[in-house]
Amino acid sequence: MDKRKIEENIFKGLMIFSTSIVVGSLVLILVTIFLKGFPALNLDMLIKTPKGGYYLGKEGGILNAILGSLVLGIGATFLALLVSLPIVFYLNLYLKKNSRFALLVRFFLDVLWGIPSIVYGAFGFILMVFFGLRASLLAGTITVALLIIPIMARSMDEVLKMIPFELKEASYALGATKLETAIKVIFRQALPGILTAILIAFGRGIGDAAAVLFTASFTDSLPYSLFKPVATLPLAIFFQLGTPFPEVQQRGYASALVLTALVLFISILSRILSKRFTKHTIK
Amino acid sequence: MNIRIIKENLVRRTMFGLCLFVLSLTFLMAFGLYQRSKPILAIKSLKDLLFSSIWHPTQGHFGLSSFIAGTFWVTAIAVIIAVPLSILTAIYVSEYAPKRIRNLAKPIIDLLAGISPIIFGVWGIIAIVPLVRDYLMPFFSERFPFFPFVSDNYTGFSALTGGIVLAVMTFPIIISVVEEVLRTVPFEIREASLALGATKWQTIKYTVLKKAKPGIIAAIILGLSRAFGETMAVLMVAGCALHTFTKSIFDTAYPLPALIANTYGEMMSIPLYDAAVLLAAFILLIVTSLFNMLGWGILLRIERKQTSG
Repeated sequence: MDKRKIEENIFKGLMIFSTSIVVGSLVLILVTIFLKGFPALNLDMLIKTPKGGYYLGKEGGILNAILGSLVLGIGATFLALLVSLPIVFYLNLYLKKNSRFALLVRFFLDVLWGIPSIVYGAFGFILMVFFGLRASLLAGTITVALLIIPIMARSMDEVLKMIPFELKEASYALGATKLETAIKVIFRQALPGILTAILIAFGRGIGDAAAVLFTASFTDSLPYSLFKPVATLPLAIFFQLGTPFPEVQQRGYASALVLTALVLFISILSRILSKRFTKHTIK
Repeated sequence: MNIRIIKENLVRRTMFGLCLFVLSLTFLMAFGLYQRSKPILAIKSLKDLLFSSIWHPTQGHFGLSSFIAGTFWVTAIAVIIAVPLSILTAIYVSEYAPKRIRNLAKPIIDLLAGISPIIFGVWGIIAIVPLVRDYLMPFFSERFPFFPFVSDNYTGFSALTGGIVLAVMTFPIIISVVEEVLRTVPFEIREASLALGATKWQTIKYTVLKKAKPGIIAAIILGLSRAFGETMAVLMVAGCALHTFTKSIFDTAYPLPALIANTYGEMMSIPLYDAAVLLAAFILLIVTSLFNMLGWGILLRIERKQTSG
């Protein structure tokens, strides 16, 4: 056989091998988490808070962490939205197409996106000390919001870049201001993409542990005050696996299954939503 | 003045302010962390802190070198594993794969990017730790009894375990950037090469990859920086034992991010301890932002060349 043909086939084989490893690792992760977590999962875990001695193997559940993560995640996503949405509208509507300023903001969003979450955690901790706060739901929410602003803004920016220029022109020609154009025309057109960006950021927010470690601390009670510590699912998993007791570790695996299912659900939901809402957009 | 115009101006200013906030955030973080790590920098020289390996917070010794070494081991292993696999996958998905497979692979890679670091850690404990302990370590220490395979750590929690888990975590970023870069290579170049009788692989090797080289380097830098800062998963699987200087891929490693995460409880109770830990965070911030600036800077240049030429 031709030497070039052999080389072609060797590399094609290597590529298929690599792709199967990458795809296979995700499948492997999902399968292992499911196989280990499902037998240990029961209803009590989902609807009870930890009773005394939960981390020694006594009864209780992780409702505190599930609710805590949801509350913190929703709060952080909302805060991040308040910052991201105006920024991406400013970049795409108010600035010229090749504005230096827009370039700079996008560049720094990319850089922020690459800063590890533990650094956000440490920074959140400093802010907390500076403002005299204790580790609390509020501090955790703000820290996670900072962490997901770049994620949210970058994906929204991608969506707004795609909006046809004519749509803006038509709106301006009718006498609308930029703000009115943004809210009444562009926002609707971009809604599916914006929802996807929000869900991606939310998923990242509830999954992160390093940022909340310093700032939200951990507690056995349900979230009830902005100024009290709050439990989060990733940390619940971390602490349960950190104990030397097999029963508690089993529950850790079950909690990992809960978190994975939640993230998968959000990811699938974002796909469905983005398809459904495209009905109302102009193509 | 018209109320609509007033609203317009008000909103414009707020938006501009928020943009300034994002621009300043990196510097704000650097400034804050630097301020808080000043107390220790005032007493000890940076050289002492970075190159001493003695870590005894209670006795006032804060040498970070064993943690820095741990970070290098884990990151290097992750990059060595992740880079070839990711690049080959990206080439396959964007150049070879039929549309059906491409449409299947993309969401899977996106999903991998969205999975929580903790889940990677759990998976590492369940699957990779036994793999290293029962298969890789016995195999390598028997056949290759020399550096960097010799170790007396038989637990399976090791630099290699951390590196493998990190490699999987860096797949998505490297693959997505390389894919993006390959897409910017003009189609005509491929056609010209194919028309000269080159095979598909030759076309990729001699023309596409040549053109995409800076972008691929950027992808590697970004992947490296991701592995460098990843915390929780590594903390769970790399062993993270104090007072060990990693000398083998089977030794435990205690990278900087894991150190920061592990000290959240005790940090405030010992003098200077918090300054030392926040100095570690400062180093992490500086290194990752420089890597990211370099990586995104390269990609930005490619994009600008694209639009201008």
